[in-house]
Amino acid sequence: MKGLAPILAAIVVLAAVPLVVESNTTLNFLVTTLLIALAGQGWNILGGYGGQYSFGHAAFFGTGAYVTAILQVRFGVNAWPAFAAGIAAGAFVGAVIGALTFRAGLRGSYFALVTLAFAEVLRILASVAPITGAGVGTLIKLDLHVSALQFQSRAVFYWVILALVAVSLLIAHALERTRFGAWLIAVRENEDAAKALGVDAFKVKLGAMVISAAITAAAGCFYAQYFLFVDSGIAYGTRMSIEALLTPIIGGAGTVFGPLVGALLVKALGEGATWIAGDAPGLNLIVYGCVLVLVIGFAPRGVIGIFRGLYRGLLAGKREAAHG
Amino acid sequence: MVERLLAVEGVSRRFGGLLAVDTVSLAAPAGRITGLIGPNGAGKTTLFALISGFLAPNAGAIRYDGETITALPPHQRARRGIARTFQVVQPFAGLSVRENITVGAHLRHRGRAEALAAADLVGREVGLGGLLDRPADTLTVAGRKRLELARALATEPKLLLLDEVLAGLNPTEIREIVPVIRRLCDRGITIMMIEHVMQAVMSLSEHVFVLAEGRIIAEGTPAEVAADRAVIEAYLGHGAAKKLGGGA
Repeated sequence: MKGLAPILAAIVVLAAVPLVVESNTTLNFLVTTLLIALAGQGWNILGGYGGQYSFGHAAFFGTGAYVTAILQVRFGVNAWPAFAAGIAAGAFVGAVIGALTFRAGLRGSYFALVTLAFAEVLRILASVAPITGAGVGTLIKLDLHVSALQFQSRAVFYWVILALVAVSLLIAHALERTRFGAWLIAVRENEDAAKALGVDAFKVKLGAMVISAAITAAAGCFYAQYFLFVDSGIAYGTRMSIEALLTPIIGGAGTVFGPLVGALLVKALGEGATWIAGDAPGLNLIVYGCVLVLVIGFAPRGVIGIFRGLYRGLLAGKREAAHG
Repeated sequence: MVERLLAVEGVSRRFGGLLAVDTVSLAAPAGRITGLIGPNGAGKTTLFALISGFLAPNAGAIRYDGETITALPPHQRARRGIARTFQVVQPFAGLSVRENITVGAHLRHRGRAEALAAADLVGREVGLGGLLDRPADTLTVAGRKRLELARALATEPKLLLLDEVLAGLNPTEIREIVPVIRRLCDRGITIMMIEHVMQAVMSLSEHVFVLAEGRIIAEGTPAEVAADRAVIEAYLGHGAAKKLGGGA
């Protein structure tokens, strides 16, 4: 299958990293990068392919994290089914928010604002509700066994998140080759024209929202298992919403590899900035801001868009040379 | 009497204080090309939006293929076989010509390969064969009009609503596309077309409705309509028919 080879190559290369890198710091850095890439891929399905720019993907990330944690801590559920339930719960929240916003016909900045509002409402609820541990948060008991979905070695965690990222890449890849994906992209490009061609825009957007929410929720579930702690700011804070949309936009929204490339870039830049500035507080945020401005100003199709442009230019140049 | 594929019955649509379409009734006989003409602002495009489901009428009913479709959303009308083009072309700008047409083809072909094959076929039929890999936003006006037509055709419609597909084209381009439209009709597709290019309307359609200020003011063969006093006055102003008649 065309297009699968680069995905397989990327996964194989990334999977080999822990075999050569033993530093826990580096592995930890890569795990969080992949985590953001996964959350970003969720956003990318709805925002990149569907053109519905959500500012509230923390709603799904947080739901995944909380459900995974609460089911284990309060209801004694095993970590594996809890993880699956977290994904399902995130998808459900996506379905509810999607049904409400798309039925109301919200588009563009209105959709962005309402999704942000939903995430904020959930954050406030989580910060006071007893079941979430309110302000204290929820702590998952340390239990380093495969049965508890906790691992002694960071490398195993790394492979777990890599597997999730691989699945998300395959979902994006499939999206580019199915009718549902074609319809979703059509809705992004021109909703009225899509409707005239028989596309049920509401259903297509809702479907994308559910898939998108499930993927970002999976990132939240993993977060809970990896850090064994969730509170309302981590789960539902705007920081996650912003990272989930920033990485695909910087990498290339609406491309399979956009979120992964964007996550690597953003995280590397963040580390670089910290290294340069030492402990100057907030500098990494300034770097974020600058990169976002640069990308949107000079590369609206992201880093992948730049390379595609160069590649096309190269091909055109070759063709001209052949003619000349 | 030819079977009527589409019947618009006493349909009205109001925008605030403006009655854009005022109790309009018309019909499109199956397998024919029906023309819809009228001065700017007559309500032709609004009428198309009502037929294709983008607007809901304030009164009246729309029947299609033996069914009342007045309350159906646009995508369900498309599934039943009503396709429309947009007067202001609406390409999926970020996609290639082939991908644009494929979105339409997906309505009847679930699989990617079949839809792409169907799209290629339609693309060639309307004369976009050499441009299939081009990004849609690099097409000329004539190319975009063809793309509108191709996308609508790819849904394999029974009723095709063409909203000024000839507007903005030069005479050569019009001569090229008129036979394409005629071939579609020969294939059994019922066509209703809004058109300002009178020469094309005259040569293509057998029956023409004239809309002015939201009302049907005349109907008949193109020749009958062109000689109608009310039509001349609607286009050229009050008293024009008399002056023309006096001059002749």
